[in-house]
Amino acid sequence: MTETMLRARDLCRQYGRDDSLVRAVDHVDLDVAAGETLAVMGPSGCGKSTLLHLLGGLDRASAGELWVAGQRIDQMSERGLAAIRRSGVGFVFQAFHLMDELTAVENIELPLLLAARPARTARRRAVQLLDQIGLADRARHLPSQLSGGQQQRVAIARALANEPLIVLADEPTGNLDSEATLEVLRLFESLHDAGQTLVVVTHDARIAATADRLISMRDGAFIDETRLTGGTTGSLGALAGLEG
Amino acid sequence: MSKLLLVGRLALRGLRGRPAQAALLLLAITAASATLTMALVLHGVTSHPYARTRAATNGPDIVALLGQGGVTVGPGPKGRPPKGGSAGGPHGPQGSVAQIEAQATGLIHAHGVTAHSGPFEEAGAVLKVRGLAVSIQVEGRGQARAGVDQPKLTAGSWVRPGGIVLERAFGGALGVSVGDRITLDGRPFTVAGLAVTAAETPYPNLCFTGGCNTGIPGDQQLEGHGAGLGWVTQPDVRVLAAADGPESAAYVLNLKLSDPASAPAFIRAYYRGHPQGGPVNLLSWQSIATGDALLVTDEQQVLTPGAWLLGLLAMASVAVLVAGRMSERTRRVGLLKAVGGTPGLVAIALLAENLILAVAAAVAGLVIGRLAAPLIASPGAGLVGTPGAPSLTLSIAGQVIAVSLIVALAATLVPAIRAARTSTVGALADAARPPRRRATLIKLAARLPVPLLFGLRLVARRPRRAVLGAASIAVTVTGLVAVVAFHDLAGQKRLGAAAGLGDPIASRDEQMLLVLTVALVTLAALNAIVTAWATVLDARHSTALARALGASPRQVSAGLATAQVIPALPGAIVGVPLGIGLFAAASGAGHVVVPPAWWLAGIVLATLVVVAGLTSIPARIGTRSPVAAVLGQEA
Repeated sequence: MTETMLRARDLCRQYGRDDSLVRAVDHVDLDVAAGETLAVMGPSGCGKSTLLHLLGGLDRASAGELWVAGQRIDQMSERGLAAIRRSGVGFVFQAFHLMDELTAVENIELPLLLAARPARTARRRAVQLLDQIGLADRARHLPSQLSGGQQQRVAIARALANEPLIVLADEPTGNLDSEATLEVLRLFESLHDAGQTLVVVTHDARIAATADRLISMRDGAFIDETRLTGGTTGSLGALAGLEG
Repeated sequence: MSKLLLVGRLALRGLRGRPAQAALLLLAITAASATLTMALVLHGVTSHPYARTRAATNGPDIVALLGQGGVTVGPGPKGRPPKGGSAGGPHGPQGSVAQIEAQATGLIHAHGVTAHSGPFEEAGAVLKVRGLAVSIQVEGRGQARAGVDQPKLTAGSWVRPGGIVLERAFGGALGVSVGDRITLDGRPFTVAGLAVTAAETPYPNLCFTGGCNTGIPGDQQLEGHGAGLGWVTQPDVRVLAAADGPESAAYVLNLKLSDPASAPAFIRAYYRGHPQGGPVNLLSWQSIATGDALLVTDEQQVLTPGAWLLGLLAMASVAVLVAGRMSERTRRVGLLKAVGGTPGLVAIALLAENLILAVAAAVAGLVIGRLAAPLIASPGAGLVGTPGAPSLTLSIAGQVIAVSLIVALAATLVPAIRAARTSTVGALADAARPPRRRATLIKLAARLPVPLLFGLRLVARRPRRAVLGAASIAVTVTGLVAVVAFHDLAGQKRLGAAAGLGDPIASRDEQMLLVLTVALVTLAALNAIVTAWATVLDARHSTALARALGASPRQVSAGLATAQVIPALPGAIVGVPLGIGLFAAASGAGHVVVPPAWWLAGIVLATLVVVAGLTSIPARIGTRSPVAAVLGQEA
């Protein structure tokens, strides 16, 4: 039986109260299996990013239960959540969120240093990841000297630095042009092939089409769930409509 | 005109929009300007009490010390060794009684002398009361009122057999009152009265300005103490003087001149006419008045460097606050430029806010300083009358306002010009100023524990802020070390301390230093908190990202606090030699006083602990914001 990497039950996130109450995530149940790529789609403001923040322990649920790799995290202390974020979860943001004053390699080694890895080991791993994403020659470039696609690839490498159980990506191609989107998609494809569990929030159908499973959200709730048999096994670029 | 109106309106709206920051700026500059005002208005405040005392006692224009060459140093009055001390001063060896009479006659009949009293015989003695042993110079006086220098009684009655009148400041330091029993060289006396005189500088400066030498063989306990002054009957002084032998005979002659202002010229002419010198030492009333003002002069020596230190701290406060305000105004700058504002107008509008505050703070400082000055301008117990009202002249007001404006301008100019140069599009997008990259520090930080890693990298991001933080701590530690050096020196040299007497000058200095220390520490604490808060705001995105990558809130808040402690360390270390140097320069001690090493180490360590403690509060608050909200993700 496949191991469940992420499990949510009756998960809620509300803002405000009474007339101004907003149900950003409204009684969501979710299971993500190890090695699965899940895409969450929906219009802007439907709550998909909030869901992703809850799954990664960046935000706290108003109600419900949440497990990561069998460990319940919804009642965990901030310190415990930090430990989960450090080693259990890797984040990829739409706006990349690289530190401006750090080079590509320094950005990637940051989570390794936070995990108290020796500086030399951290640097070796960061260089290895840069090589994997094809940016070994950009190691000493600052984010401002990289293209959007390159920045996002560095952000993905950073998310992978501590070999997380799950990678959570929030609109990873939202700020990218077609060519850069293709670069990122190829990277996700290789992650999927390597058995990395992935949850990708997107409003781009082409990205969603690459997943094993697609969940549609509206007004904080799941309204539809589709298992995609093709997954990312075909020609990704063609599937996504990015290649001729 | 319309531009002026616009600038004024923008400045006032800007101030209203951030009342807390405006209040902090106002407080910082007001503290400096009030201290500076006090230091400036104290000039000449004791001249009135001295004039009153001189009039009430018909004070002499010249005091002649006959019979021994007393030591006279600088502007101070006579420093008469009470017993057999300092034989042979600048004008020769002790003379015989016949010689003294000849000298006195010569002076009394000198050109310009219109009246005199004396010569009065003097004797040195050791006064003992309630376990205290203090040297005293007693002057023999008759029952009749002297024409010149008749000390004015402030309590009790004039001299009588077995009854001594003590100089009031000395009596106050001894803690005696009329009717108390004392001994002089073992002979019992009763305190008949307390009096003030314009012919002698009050305790403790009788000894302080003239050098101190008790001359009592083997009595090391008394060496270096401030001597007191008293008056007894002529038979009583003869008995006390007899114990020292005829060769120690000493007399005081008080002279009135037809032109009191010419007293210094009279003294110079006398010495020119007596090149061989002799057992005569002359003092002008002007030099005695200068000695009387020492109490307040000392306060000024404390207040003036204190005002500059507060001014520097205020500048650091203003710079940090202004930089914080400017970073929040980026969008406003963009809007101003978008509607046609020139870079010059933008810079002036930003400068105007702080210059308005500086003027308001200067006015507040002038008022506070003027009101507080009389509290510290008391001339002490040695004079009668109240001090003259400290005068707040246009010149002083101008100086204080100028210093306040310079403080605000120096701290505001660079950020204002930088803001004015920002591109309109960039400013409208509210883009934060990109942080600096310090590759060496980033590399070094990678090898450190997480809080130090954060701290060092945050310091590397904003070096100007780190320099301001270091400067602020350096100024504070400079002040603290100067205070400690004062206490160290005062502990060693305090006049009368070993004998158990209080030193009114040192006590007053201590009060001043306490007030300045509290002001310095308060401003430095505010600076530390404001700097930490500015760092928290500036690093909000970085710290949220670090938390998203797995840093715990404790690691992040420790890192933010470390970012304040890192610049504080060199600041505190630099402050140590600066403080020692400041004290040496301000005290005029002529030598460097280095307090014990463990005191200095304690100051540095305590400073770092306080900085860490103070900055941990904003640091903790800063890490409470939800990561997702800070990173600006879609809800």
